Amino acid sequence: MQNTLKEIVERGRVEVERAASMAELNDIRVKLLGKKGEITAIMKSLGALAAEEKKEIGKLVNTARGEIEEFIKEKLEVIKALEKEKKFQMESIDVTEPAKNRKLGIKHPITQVINEVVDIFKGLGYSVYEGPEIDTVFNTFDGLNSPEDHPARDLTDTFYINEETVLRPHTSSAEIRAEKELKTPYKIVIPGRTYRSDTPDATHSHTFHQIELMVVGEDITMADLKGTLDYMAKRLFGPETKTQFRPHHFPFTEPSAEMDVSCFKCGGKGCNVCKNSGWIEILGCGITHPHVHEAGGIDTEKYTGFAAGMGVERIAMLKYGIDDIRLLYENDMRFLEQFK
Amino acid sequence: MKVSVNWLKDYVNLDGLDIKEFCSAMIMSGSNLDTYETIYEGIKGVVVGKVLSVEKHPDADKLVVCQVNVGKESPIQIVTGAKNVFEGAFVPVAMDGSVLYPKGVENDPLLISTGKLRGVTSEGMMCGATELGFSDKVVPMAVRDGLWILNENYDDKLGMSFDEALGLNDYVVDFEITSNRPDCLSMLGMAREAKATFKREIEYPSLKFETAEESCKELIDAKIEDSLCRRYVARVIKNIKIEQSPWWIQKRLMTAGMRPINNIVDITNFVMLEFGQPMHAFDIRDIEGGVIRVALAEEGEKFTTLDDSERTLDDTMLMIKDANKSVGIAGIMGGLNSEIKEDTNTIVLESANFDKANIRKTSKKLGLRTEASSRFEKGIDPNLCKMAADRFCQLVSELGYGTVLADEVDVYPEEYKPPTITVRVSRINKVIGTELSREDMVEILERLDISVAGEGDEMIVTPPTIRGDLQREVDYVEEIARIYGFNNIPMTFPKEVTPEIKNSSWDLREKARDVLTALGANEIQTFSFINHKILDAMNIDEDSWERSLVELINPMGEDTAAMRSLLSGGMLDVLGRNFSRNVSSMRAFEIGNTFTKNFADERALPDETINLSLGMYGEGEDFFAMKAMIEDFLWSLGFERVIFEKESEYALYHPGRCARVLVDLAGTEPSNRIKMIDDMNAKLEDIDKDLQEGEIAVLRELVETMAMSKDVGQVEIGIMGEIHPDVLEAFGIGTRAYMGEFIFDLISELYNKKTVYTPLPKFPAMSRDIAVLVDEDVAVGQLKKAIEGMKLEIVESVEIFDIYRGEQVEDGKKSVALSIMYKHKDKTLTDEETSLVHNEVLSMLEKEFNAVLRDI
Repeated sequence: MQNTLKEIVERGRVEVERAASMAELNDIRVKLLGKKGEITAIMKSLGALAAEEKKEIGKLVNTARGEIEEFIKEKLEVIKALEKEKKFQMESIDVTEPAKNRKLGIKHPITQVINEVVDIFKGLGYSVYEGPEIDTVFNTFDGLNSPEDHPARDLTDTFYINEETVLRPHTSSAEIRAEKELKTPYKIVIPGRTYRSDTPDATHSHTFHQIELMVVGEDITMADLKGTLDYMAKRLFGPETKTQFRPHHFPFTEPSAEMDVSCFKCGGKGCNVCKNSGWIEILGCGITHPHVHEAGGIDTEKYTGFAAGMGVERIAMLKYGIDDIRLLYENDMRFLEQFK
Repeated sequence: MKVSVNWLKDYVNLDGLDIKEFCSAMIMSGSNLDTYETIYEGIKGVVVGKVLSVEKHPDADKLVVCQVNVGKESPIQIVTGAKNVFEGAFVPVAMDGSVLYPKGVENDPLLISTGKLRGVTSEGMMCGATELGFSDKVVPMAVRDGLWILNENYDDKLGMSFDEALGLNDYVVDFEITSNRPDCLSMLGMAREAKATFKREIEYPSLKFETAEESCKELIDAKIEDSLCRRYVARVIKNIKIEQSPWWIQKRLMTAGMRPINNIVDITNFVMLEFGQPMHAFDIRDIEGGVIRVALAEEGEKFTTLDDSERTLDDTMLMIKDANKSVGIAGIMGGLNSEIKEDTNTIVLESANFDKANIRKTSKKLGLRTEASSRFEKGIDPNLCKMAADRFCQLVSELGYGTVLADEVDVYPEEYKPPTITVRVSRINKVIGTELSREDMVEILERLDISVAGEGDEMIVTPPTIRGDLQREVDYVEEIARIYGFNNIPMTFPKEVTPEIKNSSWDLREKARDVLTALGANEIQTFSFINHKILDAMNIDEDSWERSLVELINPMGEDTAAMRSLLSGGMLDVLGRNFSRNVSSMRAFEIGNTFTKNFADERALPDETINLSLGMYGEGEDFFAMKAMIEDFLWSLGFERVIFEKESEYALYHPGRCARVLVDLAGTEPSNRIKMIDDMNAKLEDIDKDLQEGEIAVLRELVETMAMSKDVGQVEIGIMGEIHPDVLEAFGIGTRAYMGEFIFDLISELYNKKTVYTPLPKFPAMSRDIAVLVDEDVAVGQLKKAIEGMKLEIVESVEIFDIYRGEQVEDGKKSVALSIMYKHKDKTLTDEETSLVHNEVLSMLEKEFNAVLRDI
C-alpha cells in the first residue's frame, strides 16, 4: 500500500510537471484527488482495515494527498504566470500609433495677458472692477481733470455717440465710478476694451485693451506706486527685470511718470526691440490728482492714491514678439493656437 | 522741440557732460526725448572751396566746367550742372574719396571720386545742402535749388574741412514737451531745465540796444478792444535792409528745423525759438490811421493770409486791424495786405499775447496751424512780450539791419502776477514717500527760480511768471519729486489692508473660458463695430431689435459706423477668414460686450450687455456637435435641464436646423418659479447692493419674461443652429457651419452659485430600455418631456440613446430608444412595482404619440 501511494505520488509529480495548461492540471487533480480519483479510492478502501492499520495508512494517505496538493499548487502558480505572460504578449500594442486626441482650445492672447496681470494684482489684494465701454464725457474727461482744450477730446481722437457720451478712450473712465461707488480704502484693477480714432496700421488699432490700476488710501505714496509697479514688472517679465520711472505729464495724475522696463530681449545692452536704449516703455502712472478725487467726493487731505494704465496689446506684442497688432484681431486659428 | 546742444551752450555751461549723460539726466529730470541726431554725421572729405572760373562744357549744354580753389597750390577742376554757380562763390567741395549722406537716401552713402563727365575730368563735386545731410525743409531759401552758396567770406578758410569752417559739429536733441510745460518750447526754457538738472549757472541774452531819437509813438498806437488779447507790445524799426541773415543765425534755425528766409523773418523766428514768443512784422505803409486795433472779425469776413489763401472768418476770431481793415489773424498768420516787401523801409513789430483757447479754436476752424498758433494755443507768459521785442531790436540793431525808434507801445491792461501759495514740507514728503528736509526742498525750488519764504513746515512759494503750471501744492510736489529724482524715491507697498470686492460676472466669464476651451474652442476677439450692411448680409429683419444700433457721430468709415448689437457678425467674419485661408476646421467662442439704444432714456448711456457667441465648421462638426457643446457648457455651470425648441423664422440660420435654447430652472415644481421671481424682485429692490446698470436691465427683462412664460421656470438664453446658406455665401464660408449666440449676462444672473450636496442613493436604481416606433414629425424631445411631465415618483431620469430609421422601420416613421431609470428614495424597488409604473409610461406614449413598442 505504501508503495502504491508512493508510486501514485511520483507518477502524479511527473504528470504535473508535464502539464502545460490550467485545464491539463485540473484533469490531473481530478484523476488523483477528485471524487473518483486514485487517492480517494484508496481512502475509501481503508474502511476494510483494522483500526490500528487504518490509522497508520490513513496518515500516509493524508501525507500523500498533502504532497500532491502542494506540487499542484506550485505548478498552478507557474502556469498562471506563464498564461499572464502569454496574454500580455498577445495584447502588446505599438505605442507609437497616433493618439486619440480631443483638441483643447486656447484663450485669446489678449485675455491671457489680462489674466496674467490681474492675477499678479489679485495676489496683492486687488479686486477686479469694471466700467462700461460707452461712458460719459464727464467720467472720461472732465472728472479726470482733462482741460477743455485737451486734444484727446477732439472728434479726430475719440469716438462720440453724442456730445456727452463717448466710447471710452481709456479705462480710467471707470475711476470716477469707483470713487463714487466703493468705500475707501481700496485697491482695484480695471481691465477692459477701449477705443480711439486711430487709423489702423502695424502698431495702431481703433480697438484695444487697457488695464488700469487704482489705489486709494490714507497713506498712499509715490514710493508705494514704484514698489507695486516694480513688483508687477518683475512678475510679468522675469525677476531680473529693472524698472525706471521717468517724469511725465498726465492730467489725472501729479506727479506723473512713465515706467520703462529693462529690455527683456537684450537685457539692457541695446537692440532693435528697445531701439538701442536698453529700456522699453510699458505704462503711464502717477499720484492721483486731487481734482480727480474731488470729482468722486473723496477727501483729498485725508486720502491719497495712485493710478497706472497700461496697454494690453503692447505688452502682448512685446511678450510674444508680435510685429503687427492687426494679427490679434484677425483670429486666424493658426495664429491663436500658438499661445498655449 | 529740437534743441541744438551748441545753441544751448550759449546760455548754460554744459562743460564736462557727454551727449549721453546730458540726455539721460534731462530725461530723468522730466524732459523726455526719444533720441538725438548728430549733425553732419558720417560725412567725410568735404572742404570749403571758392569758384575761380566758370566755363562752358565743350560737349554738353547743361554742364559747366569750373576751376575751384580748395586751398591747394593749384585749383581743381569740377564739372557741374548747377545753375546757381558763379565766379567768386564759396561752396562746399566734396574731394576725391569723399563720403556723403544725401538726405532721404537711408543709410546709403554716396562715394565721390575723380571721373570724367562727357569727356571732361571732374576732380570732385560741389554740393547742395541736402547732400550734406540737411533736410530739404531747412535748406536756406536763397540756395534752395542748386549748390549751397555760402553767404559769408571764407578766403581764410579755403581747403578747411567744411564742418570745422562752418561750426557744424553739433547734436540736436528732440525733446518731447508735455502740455503743462509750454515754457520749455524755447531755448531759454530748456536752458533753465538744464540749469536745474546740472546745478549750473545761466546767462540770459543781451537786451541792450541803441535807439534813434524819434519815438515810435508818433507813428503808431495800439488799442486792445477785446480781452482775448492780454498784452500788445509794438516797436517801429526804420531803414530796414532785407538780406540774408548771418550764418550763425541761419545755422541755429536750420538745426532747429526752420528754413532761413531773410534777416527780418529769421530774427523773428530766432527770437521765437529763444524766448518762445511768436512775433510778427507789418509794413508800416499798410497800416492805415496809425493805429493797430485788436478786435473780433466780422461774421463772414473774407481775409487773405500771407500764404495767399482767402479765408472766411466768423465773429469769434480775434484779428489785428488798423483803422479800417484787418491786417492779420491774431496769433495765427499775418495778412497778405501788410506783408514785408523787398522795398519795405519801416516795419511795425508786434509782440503780443492772446487767449490760448481762442487761438486754438480759430486755428482749428480755419484748418490753419502755424508755428505761432501752436505756441499760443499752449499758453505763453505775457511778461515775455517786451523781452522778446527788445531782443529783436537788439539783434537788428547789432547786425545793422535797421534803426530802432525810441520807446515802445505797450498795452497791458492787467499784469500777470504768479500765484504765491503755501506748501507744506510734511505733505510733500507724505505724498512722495520720502523724508526730505526743508533745506533740501528749498534748494531744489531755488534751482527752479521759485522764491521761498516762511518757516518751519510752511514754505511760501512764488514761481517765475513763465511757470504758469505752478498753481497748487501738488504742482510743487511734482517739482520736488522730479528734481530730487524719481529714481531716488524708495520702493514700498501700500500698507492698508483692503477687502476683496466681489465681481461675480468677471469670475463666471473666466470659468466659461475654462470650460469652452476644454470643449475644444479657441477664444476670439473681434471688433465691437457693425453696420446695417453687415446686418443685411446676416439676414437680420429690418425691424428687429438687432437694428436699434448705437451709432457713432464721428465714425472713421463704414467699418466703425455703429456698435455691435450682437457678436455673430464678428464670428461669421472669423469663420469666413479661416475658411478662405484653408483652415480645415475650427471651433471658436467670443465673450464680449454688445450695445443697443436705450429707448427709455435717449440721453442715458446705451444698454451694454455681455454676450457669448459660438461657431464651428469642419469634419465632425454638425448641429448636434454644437448642441453637445452648449449642453456641456451649461451643465458645467449647473444648468442640467437645457431645452432646445425648434425655430424656423430667424433667417440668420437654416430654417430647418435652428433652435432657441432655454434653461429650465424650476425643474418640475411650479412653486420654484414663484420663489425665483420673488428672489429676483428682492434683488431688484436692493439695487445698491452690487448691481451694475446693465445687470438691472437684464434682471427686469427676465422677471417679465418669466412671469409671462407658459413653461414653468424656463428662460430663453440664446439661439443656435446651422448658418443659413445665403449667410454662408455672403461671408465666404464654403462649407456648412454652425453658430450660436447667448446673453451671457443672463446666464450670469441665473447661475446658481450655491451647490448643495445631495446624498448618494442608498437604494439601487433599475433601468428599463424601450424602443418605440413613432411618426417622423414627432420631436423626440417631446417624448422625454411627456414622460417627465407625468411626475411619477419613481421615475428618476429619461434619456434618449438611439434614433433609428431604415430597414425594418417603415417610411415616415422612426424608432426611438429610451432608457428610463426607476428609483425609490426609501427602498429597493421590486420588479412588480417598477413594471406597474413602466406600463403606465408605455400606455401614455401610445395614447399621446401613437407610439408602438418594438423589441430590442
